[in-house]
This record gives sequence, structure tokens and C-alpha cells, in this order.
Amino acid sequence: MDKIRALIVDDSSVMRKIVERSLRQAGIDLDKVVEASNGAEALVALQNNVVDLILCDINMPVMDGLEFVRQVHTVDSAKDVPIVMITTEGSESHVVQALTAGARGYIRKPFTPDQVKEHVLPLLGKKS
Amino acid sequence: MTAGAACAKPSPEQNWLPILERATQEVFEIMLGCQVKPAEPAAPKPKGGFTAIVGLAGALCGVVTLCCAPQTAGQIAKGMLGDTADSEREVVDALGEMCNMIAGNFKNKLAGTDERCVLSVPSVVSGGEYSLHSMADGHSVELVLLFENAPVAVCLQLKR
Repeated sequence: MDKIRALIVDDSSVMRKIVERSLRQAGIDLDKVVEASNGAEALVALQNNVVDLILCDINMPVMDGLEFVRQVHTVDSAKDVPIVMITTEGSESHVVQALTAGARGYIRKPFTPDQVKEHVLPLLGKKS
Repeated sequence: MTAGAACAKPSPEQNWLPILERATQEVFEIMLGCQVKPAEPAAPKPKGGFTAIVGLAGALCGVVTLCCAPQTAGQIAKGMLGDTADSEREVVDALGEMCNMIAGNFKNKLAGTDERCVLSVPSVVSGGEYSLHSMADGHSVELVLLFENAPVAVCLQLKR
């Protein structure tokens, strides 16, 4: 599998580490992991880093994950990057909002590494 | 059984307690790979330590709190992160996330409620010399679970 550059957006540094570990456990060879603690930081990070995959929480201060997904198309290099939401918000309306805004996957917390594998690998063109 | 008793509806507290317990157990099982079981009613509650707080607003208005001793919070953080969890900042962050997931898992189990209820970002209080005065003073349920033989208290306070 090609090396993957990932952006992980969550206001919890613990959760960012867990998401990164889950990606590695899914067999994803991570070349680089960029971290951001809210949507606004993530948009800045995307100006300075090209990534292949974005994993994003919803409930965050400053700019939440849904707004981030709505604005990500403003960064040319990130327009087509698959985004997977990882969040405690499990309602159908949140799922619909996220997918309508452009997210390609939705994982509810708490989650297992297998769920990350199942949702992320197909987006990278790999079998889960 | 009398007709009146047969028609009696369980109180919200009776309905919520098993849902809160299941929601909490699932979070511990999935994130830490361990089972937590209810403590004996006479078991001591955790004192001092850390209390994580997540607010609920909308159809459900109130707070969920998760309280445990410092050593227990450290074990929870290590369960989530492995031995890399060593700073108090990470311990606090881990406890806040656990409370966040319990609150989210709880509301996601209430049919029709999850659509109209949002969570706050978590806050964590350290130390035991405080009183929590929630504006959502009303229904309250609390359960104490044992995590590696140490008590962990989960409390739900909802506005009437």
C-alpha cells in the first residue's frame, strides 16, 4: 500500500493519538500525520500540507467539523481528499449533514480499529 | 397486582439508569477492552480526584459527569493510550473524552432524542473540594461501576 498522508482533526489530543493508532492498526502505512484541534486550524494546516485523507470530529471549539467540511473545498489541494467524520454525534441528521457537506464516511465514537479499517480502506482504493 | 400498579409508568430515572449503565459499559468495553460492573450499593463512591463534565442541550437539558480517583483516571488514560499516557494533561483529556463518549452513547440510545440534543465539549475539574450546582436541577441518576476494582461514578442530571 502506498504511504498515506493524513490530517486528523479533533480537539482532544488523546483522541487524535487513538485515531492515528487505529489507522496504523488498519494496515495503513502512514507517511505523515498532521494534527489540528479545530476546523479553523485544519484549514490552515491544509494550506501548508498536502494530505490524502482527513479524519474529523464534529463537536469542536472555534470551528466545528461540519463547517470545516463545508469550507474544505476552498483549499485547492484538498478538494478531492476523502473526509471521514469520527464523532459522538450519532443522529441521522448529523450523518446527513456531514455527507451532504462532502464527507465520505461517518464513524460513531466509541469506535473499534476494525470500524476505521472498514470505512477508510475503501476510500483509499483498498479492500477492507 | 392491582390495576393501578399494572398501568404505572416507570419514572424517567428508572428508564434512564439501565440505558446510562449500558452506554457506559459499551464505552469501557470498546475503548479500553475491559468490562465494568456495578459496584455494591454500599461500596464507597470516589472522592476527590477528577470529575469530567459534558453538557446536554435541546430535547435533553442537563449534564453528565464522570468521577474517579486520580490513580483510576491514570489507568483509564493508559487503557486508551497505552504506556505513553503520562502527563496530567493527557489523563484529564482522556477522562473528558470518556465522559463525552458516554454522554453521546447515552443520547444516541434514546430514540427520537438524539436528533434534537447536542453535547458540549467536555470540561474536567480536578480535586474534590467543590460543589456542582447544575441549572438542570431535576431528575438525577447515578451509578457506580468498578474499573479494575476502583469505583467510577457516572451521574446524569436532567432538567424537569
